[in-house]
Amino acid sequence: MRWSARTVLYVLLAVVACAWATPFLWMVSTSLTPDVPVANSASDGAGSADLSRGVEFLPDLGADGPLDYAARLADQARTNYGAVLASDSADFPRYYRNSLVVAFLSAGLMTLSSAVVAYGFARVTWRGRDAAFAVVLGTMMVPFTVLMAPQYLLFERLGLIGGLLPLWLPSAFGGAFSIFLLRQFFLGLPRALDEAALVDGCGHLGIFARVILPNSVPALAAVFLLQFVAAWNDFVGPLVFLNHQEDYTLALGLQMYQSQNSGTQWNLLMAAVILTILPVLLVFALFQRAFTESVTTRGVKG
Amino acid sequence: MRRDGARVGLLFTAPFWIGFALFTAVPVGLSLYYGTTDYDLVEAPLPIGLANFGEMAGDAVFWTALRNTLVFAACSVALNTVVALALALLLEQRLRGREFVRALVFAPTLVPISAVAVGWLWLFHRDEGLINAGLRIVGVQGPDWLGDARWALWSLVGMSAWVVGAQVLVYTAALRDVPRSLVEAAAIDGANARQRLLRVVLPQISPAVAFNVLVSIIWALQVFALPLIMTRGGPQNTTLVYSMYVWQNAFQYGRMGYASALAWVQFAVTCALTAAAVALARKRVYARGATAR
Repeated sequence: MRWSARTVLYVLLAVVACAWATPFLWMVSTSLTPDVPVANSASDGAGSADLSRGVEFLPDLGADGPLDYAARLADQARTNYGAVLASDSADFPRYYRNSLVVAFLSAGLMTLSSAVVAYGFARVTWRGRDAAFAVVLGTMMVPFTVLMAPQYLLFERLGLIGGLLPLWLPSAFGGAFSIFLLRQFFLGLPRALDEAALVDGCGHLGIFARVILPNSVPALAAVFLLQFVAAWNDFVGPLVFLNHQEDYTLALGLQMYQSQNSGTQWNLLMAAVILTILPVLLVFALFQRAFTESVTTRGVKG
Repeated sequence: MRRDGARVGLLFTAPFWIGFALFTAVPVGLSLYYGTTDYDLVEAPLPIGLANFGEMAGDAVFWTALRNTLVFAACSVALNTVVALALALLLEQRLRGREFVRALVFAPTLVPISAVAVGWLWLFHRDEGLINAGLRIVGVQGPDWLGDARWALWSLVGMSAWVVGAQVLVYTAALRDVPRSLVEAAAIDGANARQRLLRVVLPQISPAVAFNVLVSIIWALQVFALPLIMTRGGPQNTTLVYSMYVWQNAFQYGRMGYASALAWVQFAVTCALTAAAVALARKRVYARGATAR
C-alpha cells in the first residue's frame, strides 16, 4: 500500500479511537472534578453559563507540580466516589449486592439449563426436533411489551413481586440465544466421542455429563459471561418487576439517583456512572476473547 | 445412527418447555385476552371486543408514538449499518493498534444502557456539555440537543451509532470469511480498490448485512430505555416511542387492556417489517451457498 493511503487510514483510525474514547474519558474526568458549577438549563439564556469554560480533561485542582496534582486527584476521587457510596438518596452498596446476586444466579442457572436443553437438540434424535427448535428461536421475536404486563400479573398472583426472584427465575428454564449458541457448539463436537462413551456403557446422561460438558468449557463460559452482563445491564426487567427501592439493581438505581438529583451535581452523577460500568468493563478486559468469539459465532455462516 | 424416542428428547428439553409455558405462552395468551378487555387492575377484566383497537385509531398520542418509533428505527438502522460496515472495513486493514480500537468500539455495548444514557445526558448538556463546549471552540453555539423539539430525536439517533460494537463484530467475522482468492483474482483482472469493495466484498458479505439489518430493525422498534431516561418522551412528545407508551399505559395509567392491545399492534408491525426485510433479502442477497459450496 502506498504510504499516503496508509496515512489516511491511520488518521481515520485515530479519529475513531478519539470518538469512542472521548465520552468515557469525559465521564471519568467529570467524576474527578471538585464541583461543576452548572446553570440550570431552565434558567434564562446563555448569559448564566460560564462560556469561557473550554474542554479540559484534566480537572483544575489548583495544584503545584505533578506529584501534588496526583495526590489531590486521589483525594478528590475519595471525596466524590465516597459521597456517592454514602449517598442518602441511593444505597449504592446495596444495589451492588442486588446486581451481583441477580447476575450470578441468572448466569449460573441459564448456563446449566441451556446446556441440558441444547443437548436435547444437538445429540438426541427425535421426531419433531427441528420444528421444536424453530419454536425456541421464535420466542426471540416476541416483544417484551407483549409479555411484561401478563408476566407482572402472573408474578403478583403467585406472590413473588417484592423481591429479586422475578429477575432470575426465568433464567432457570434456558433462553433461546444461549440454547442456540450451545447447540451450535455441541454439533461441532465429534460424534466419535459419544460413540466411545456408548461402548463404555454410558447413557445420555453419562455422555452429557462426562463427554459433552467437559469438552465445552469455552462455550459454557461464553454463555455464562453473556448472561452475566445481560442480567447486570438489564434495565426494563427491574423497572417493571421491582417495587421497593431496597431491591433495586445498579442499572435501575443509577437512573433513580439521576432523576432524584435531576442533573445538579454532575461530578457525583458521573462517579455513579463509572461505578456502574467499571465491573462490566473489568470482566470484559479479563475475558475479552470469550466475548468477541461468542458474538462472532452469531454471524451468518453456511 | 441410533434414534431415540421423542420421550428422551422432550425430557432433555423439558426445562425450556416449562419456562416457555410459564413465561411466554401463558403471558401471550393472557395478553391477547386482555387486549379485548377494559382492565384497570382493580376490577376484573371487562370484555369490550375490539374497542381498544378502535380507540387507537382516534388516539393522537398513539400515532405520534408510532411515527417517532418508525422514524427512529429507519434512521438509526441506516446510520448504524453504514457506521458498523465502515468500522469493520477499517479495522480489518493491517494497522497497528487496531485491536485496541476494536475493544474500544465494543466497550459501549457492554455497559448498562442506563449508564450510557446518563453519561450522554451530560455530554449533550446545553451549557456545560462536551459537545457544545467543543462547538464553542470553533465558534458555533450548539442547540439544546435533548431539550429542543427539533433536535431531540436526532440526538438519540446519533448517539445510537456509538453503540454499534456488536454489529461491527458480526461484519468483521463475515469479512474474514470472504475467500482471499476471490479478491486477489479481481485485483489481477485489474479491479481497483473501490471496485473490489463494491463488486466482490460487499456482495460476499450481503447475508451478514441482511441478518444484521433484521436484528437492528427488531431492536430499534422496541427502543425504550434511552428515551425514557434521557428525555422522558419530551419535549412535546417528540421522543415518545412506542414501547414507552405501552409501558405508561400499563404501569402508570393502569390501563392493562389498552396497553395489551397496543403491544399486539407493535408485535404485528414488527412481524410485518421483518417479513418484508426477509423477502427483500431473498431477492437481493447474493446466495453464496449456490456458488461457493
